[in-house]
Formats: sequence, C-alpha cells, structure tokens
Amino acid sequence: MNGVINFMQSTGAFIIDGLAGFGRSVTFLISVLLGLKDVILRPRLLINQIYSVGVLSFTIIFFSAIFVGMVVSLLGYTILVDLGGKEVLGLLVSLTLVRELAPVLGALLFAGRAGSALTAEIGLMKATEQLASMEMMAVDPIRRIVAPRFFAGLISLPILTVIFMAVGVYSGYLVGSEWKGVDAGSFWSQIQNKVEFRYDIINGIIKSIVFAFVVTWIAVYQGYNAMPTSEGVSRATTNSVVYSALAILGLDFVLTAVMFAS
Amino acid sequence: MNSSKKVEVLVGTLFVLAILAFIFLALNVSNLSKISSSKGFKVTAPFNNIGGLSTKAKVTMSGVTIGRVTQIAYDKQAFQAIVTMTIDPQYDYLPEDSQASIYTAGLLGEQYISLEPGAEDASLVEGSNIDLTQSAIVLEEIIGKVLVSLTTK
Repeated sequence: MNGVINFMQSTGAFIIDGLAGFGRSVTFLISVLLGLKDVILRPRLLINQIYSVGVLSFTIIFFSAIFVGMVVSLLGYTILVDLGGKEVLGLLVSLTLVRELAPVLGALLFAGRAGSALTAEIGLMKATEQLASMEMMAVDPIRRIVAPRFFAGLISLPILTVIFMAVGVYSGYLVGSEWKGVDAGSFWSQIQNKVEFRYDIINGIIKSIVFAFVVTWIAVYQGYNAMPTSEGVSRATTNSVVYSALAILGLDFVLTAVMFAS
Repeated sequence: MNSSKKVEVLVGTLFVLAILAFIFLALNVSNLSKISSSKGFKVTAPFNNIGGLSTKAKVTMSGVTIGRVTQIAYDKQAFQAIVTMTIDPQYDYLPEDSQASIYTAGLLGEQYISLEPGAEDASLVEGSNIDLTQSAIVLEEIIGKVLVSLTTK
C-alpha cells in the first residue's frame, strides 16, 4: 500500500515538474519573442550572432553536404544499376536530400555545432554572474543576450539548409554522372520533371524553419536555466544537444507524415 | 572596426551563397522553370482506357517531347476518358488526322502519349479533337485474350 502511494507520488511529482518546466520554457520563449523589437533596433547584435551561429557552422554543413550527397548517389547507383533504372538516380538523390536529409542532418549538425555553443555561452555567462550584473545595470539579459542569439539561429539554419540541399544535389551529380557515368541529361531532366518546387523544396525549407525554432529555443532555454556551476553548464550543454536531437527526429516524423504521406 | 567589417563581409557572403543555392534549387532541381513554358494550344483526344496516364505526362512525336497532358476528364455521354494535352506553340503544323497512342516508357516507366502524323493538310489548332486513338495496353487484357485464344483451340 505504501509502495503504491510512493509510486503515485513520484509519478505525480514527475508530471508536475514536467509541466512546470514546459510552462517556464514557454513563458521564456514569449519573452524572447517580445525581444524582437530590440533586435530590429540593434541589427549589429544580430549580425554578430549570425556570424558566430551561422557563418561558423558553414564549414561543417558544407562538407557534410558534399559527403552525404556523394554517399546517397553512390549507394543509389549500385542498387539502381542492378534494377536497370539508373536514370532515376537524380530523382532519388534530389528527393532524399531536399525532403529529408538536408533539413534533418542540417538541424542535427546545427544543434551539435551552434546549439551547444549557445547553451555553453549563456550558461557560462550565468555561472560567472554576467547576466545578474546586467540586470543590476537595468539591462534585460533576455533582450540583450538571448533574443539576438535566438533570432540568429532562426535565420541561420534555413539558410544553411538551402546550401546543404544545393551542395548535396550537386555532389550527388558529380559522383553519379561524372564518376559512374549516368547520363547528365537524364539525371537533371528526371529531377526537373518530378521535383515540385512548391511542394518538395518549400516543404523542406518549412521543415528547417521548424527545426531552427525548436533547436535554438532548447539551446537558449537550457543555457539560461543552467545551474550556475561548471557541472551545471556541462549538463545543460549535454541536455541541449540530446533534447534537440530527439525533438528534431520526432518532429521530422510528424512533419513528414503531414507533408508527404498522402 | 576591422574585425566587425570582417564579420559583416562573411555574413553577407553567407546570405549571397544561400540566395545562389536557392536559385540553383529553383532552376535546376525543380520543375519551376518548366511551369512558365506551359503556354501552347490545347488538343483533346478520347480514349477508351488511359491506363496509368497522369497529368504532366509527356506528349511526344517520334520521341521528341512536344507537349504535356494538362487535364484528364471523363465524358459521361460517350463513356470515354477525355485527355486534354497542351502542345507547344511551335508545333502548329501537325496534321489534323494524327493518331494518339498511349505507350509505356520502359518496363517500369511512366506512361506517355505518342502522336503519329497523319496525311491531311489541315493542322491541329486550339480546341481540335484527335479522333484516331489507341488506348493504353493493359497487361491483364492481353493475358485474358491469350488465355481465351489458347482455350478455344
């Protein structure tokens, strides 16, 4: 009997904690979104953050795109050539990249490269009481520190995803056509006949915008709510990457089911 | 000042790269460039069976793509499928008695319409109707016919 009550208590505490955490993160998100006007008034803050979040993530996105495009093209070729349909290789490469791989892998890499850096930076600012001293000077750290980083992430990831798509498709073309000898004309014409701009590409970009929103939200929230110790910052950074990855993969299934299942 | 200029230059470069990538996706990796060329004249053709033909399928003549299937409807008076195809405007010299057939590209490929030129002097124009048509070949029908011819022997 006592065990049952203890179990119920721990379950209840878990649910209440979860709901409270979700509520805190939503009110945090709202106050970050309200910081939009401060970001617009001071574009320099935003540009500096787009540099550290977006430009510095460019290298890893670029090289991942090259290798992912090459691998998809090579594997697709080895299977399609057995089936006698190597002309559809272009369609295979472009649809997998545009619909799925570019938004998901781009967001995962972004969470690892930029999201963790955001969390660690904001967490360390909190641990070294920089955020508290800003509040002492009547500067709202959410508007001055968190909001520019959030909007920089929201802008950067879709941009990086578009670059991922283009670079991936082109490197897939290089492997499939220049190396393996699929006819370049049928490679591109298959793509142009079957890939719908408004359907496939726009939906891929919508996916990446959703992922950008979730990843940067998780990253800045984990950093802002980190325990102000070195251990707390390290735990927040880990949580940021783990939660982001889970959210990306889970949301990706939901978005794919909504967008492409029919 | 120098480092902030570098930051601005790199952020600007990233945006330009993204725009270039977007243009590449729009022009080369999707059908956006093909939608604009959908002008042309419309020709209809009745078919008894269109098989797996779908809109946007190719309309070819001697293997050259000369248009696209733009609409497929069902005529409730004639009990036939009415396929509307848009032919590119430069092919305004096709004989009026051309024949339309539905073929399959390859074993697993998609179905398309092939036009065989006729002998009339009058050409196909907007709103013309192609009377001579050959329906899609349905595998089950052929198997059925073969079975009938084998069993009646």
